[in-house]
Amino acid sequence: MDLIRSHVMVCGGTGCSSSNSGEIIKEFEKQLAEKGLDKEVKVVRTGCFGLCQAGPVVIVYPEGAFYSHMKVEDVTRIVDEHLIKGRVVKDLLYKEAVEEDNTVKSLENVDFYKKQKRIALRNCGVIDPENIEEYIAFDGYKALGKVLTEMTPEEVIDVMLKSGLRGRGGAGFPTGMKWKFAAASKSDKKYVCCNADEGDPGAFMDRSVLEGDPHVVIEAMAIAAYAIGADQGYVYCRAEYPIAVKRLQIAIKQAREYGLLGKNIFGTGFNFDMDVRLGAGAFVCGEETALMTSIEGKRGEPRPRPPFPAVKGLFGQPTILNNVETYANVPQIINNGWEWFASMGTEKSKGTKVFALGGKICNTGLVEVPMGTTLREIIYDIGGGCPNGKKFKAAQTGGPSGGCIPASHLDIKIDYDNLTAIGSMMGSGGMIVMDEDNCMVDIARFFLDFTVDESCGKCAPCRIGTKRMLEILERIVEGKGEDGDIEKLENLANTIKATALCGLGQTAPNPVLSTLKYFRDEYEAHIYEKRCPAGHCKKLLTYKIDPAKCKGCTLCARNCPAGCISGKVREAHYIDTTKCLKCGACMEKCKFGAISRS
Amino acid sequence: MSLEKEKFEALQKVIDELRNEQGALMPIMQRAQDIFGYLPEEVQNYIAKELDIPVSDIYGVATFYAQFNLEPKGQYIISVCMGTACYVKGSQQVLDKLEEVLGVPAGRTTPDGLFTLNATRCLGACGLAPVMMVNDDVYGRLTPDQIPDIIAKYRQ
Repeated sequence: MDLIRSHVMVCGGTGCSSSNSGEIIKEFEKQLAEKGLDKEVKVVRTGCFGLCQAGPVVIVYPEGAFYSHMKVEDVTRIVDEHLIKGRVVKDLLYKEAVEEDNTVKSLENVDFYKKQKRIALRNCGVIDPENIEEYIAFDGYKALGKVLTEMTPEEVIDVMLKSGLRGRGGAGFPTGMKWKFAAASKSDKKYVCCNADEGDPGAFMDRSVLEGDPHVVIEAMAIAAYAIGADQGYVYCRAEYPIAVKRLQIAIKQAREYGLLGKNIFGTGFNFDMDVRLGAGAFVCGEETALMTSIEGKRGEPRPRPPFPAVKGLFGQPTILNNVETYANVPQIINNGWEWFASMGTEKSKGTKVFALGGKICNTGLVEVPMGTTLREIIYDIGGGCPNGKKFKAAQTGGPSGGCIPASHLDIKIDYDNLTAIGSMMGSGGMIVMDEDNCMVDIARFFLDFTVDESCGKCAPCRIGTKRMLEILERIVEGKGEDGDIEKLENLANTIKATALCGLGQTAPNPVLSTLKYFRDEYEAHIYEKRCPAGHCKKLLTYKIDPAKCKGCTLCARNCPAGCISGKVREAHYIDTTKCLKCGACMEKCKFGAISRS
Repeated sequence: MSLEKEKFEALQKVIDELRNEQGALMPIMQRAQDIFGYLPEEVQNYIAKELDIPVSDIYGVATFYAQFNLEPKGQYIISVCMGTACYVKGSQQVLDKLEEVLGVPAGRTTPDGLFTLNATRCLGACGLAPVMMVNDDVYGRLTPDQIPDIIAKYRQ
């Protein structure tokens, strides 16, 4: 075996892959081979490191040098300087990782990582996801071995119950309880499913786990199967995630070759195998009964519960369905014990939660923090606050089922119950930050537009009700809002919440209700003053040229698609607001800041 | 015609391979779409006959999911991410610009059959917002003024 002295870890997650990390890997391999270093330096394509903002990201071990915003041209310097001469190339490092006195900070001390605790993302960015041996070297399949050889199914369920692990897909149902119900159902055929239909816009943690550590899902599903007495599993994954699907398929094949899937696993007589099923673009299929109907090859419509899937699920048999991130916690709970897991987090929410930080925030990416971390810590200490000195307005969690949390709640300790109490929800973990330029009425409209489009149409409250709400919101952002609209919205919202068939409909009004609760003044400004305080809603804007600042350069007039700007060269210009399309092109082009919008 | 025949032979192989699996209809339709590029009526009829199920079931599934196409798509499929992270960072303006440059609204194909413009669900590359894909190429941190050059590249 070759003795490897250095590892070059290149992020192969979706974000970094899209900014060309594949070429960077090829270039490293080429140059290392040319210089005869390919036997002592290993290039690894890993899963996501989390800090997508700095992508493409390369980490060189053993130094742990964190290179950010890499370009193919930079590879030569890292090979010549760092890998041959042993000198870290400081000017290519992530700038947070270099101290003022020019020494290099270790990764754990960089602000973005300092407050994080990686459990579900433990192996992401650390191992080669396409190599089962690397997973095994990091204690992979140890928990499955322990469960099959040392524990009874009842003991496994007991550990899960005591750990306090709750479903990471959004609703937060205790995982152990689900398993207990399914184990109690009598049947000679049971199923274990994994929900990888990550449809919430702005959430990509499940994708990152599948891309960076696919074996953890396989191992956890096998453990779940043993606990409830199932022998077949399905992972239902979005077709929009090609890299995740491919890595999962490779992982399943490798697990079969190593005898970790299939018949008589670990020589214990336990059989379990699994398949991947692809979604086809229907958000409602993230709902558990709809997802199972979809695996059956039908239209993915939800059905009323009870009967719950633990009694009657996939193909009419007892089934459990857990989310990717939930599964990613399971093997470590078995290995480290429930006491370890239960020691983290708040009273009713244990462990950690992964959030996908996005929107108007400096450090976009994936973060994993203990439950109970405050929103302020996530947004300011880890996320670095809003870029360009803009003011934070709200954080949206829970996707189309969640709500917007205003600045006044920044010190809330994040867990399932606290988020629900303030009108949002944990959801799958998308966290979109909005600044002063985002209009909250338009955000509510955006989410309703999403739910109207994704409503499956089976029940009337969701199919018709959300459509009516959207129509009202569209009128409001166009400046045609009327007195009484807010009350109508509230009335509809409460009715839909109470009467819709599945989770999609029951939570669809949340974005409206939460923005009404915290940003009612913005709704009122739109309706009564025909004004958008954030300056976002096009139809409500007027553009004006300040004659004192205008130099008469004519740039705005030449860029106006409507031809509504007039004026002579070197004289102040004027916008004819009756013809103005409100596209903002003039304001973008003006070099003198003479154009304003209100 | 021979090309069509080849495609149907490929479809037959897929059906033979999957027909005994539980819940095989969607995987068969997905593979059929890979083969034909979309799901024309003849293909739906063919699958119905082979699996011995009513064609209405197939049509029902095909129209339920956004990824099944009943009409042919352009050579380049442009998908503009309309996920929340992209939306708050201006993906609507990117989409507006594309509509202007291509001369078709979202959801439609250009008359020359070159581009199909789609507003799509979250692509999960929120770190690069706003994002669009042209077939498998990903473009991140977009601004509307980059659009004409990107489109020109594919027109060549």
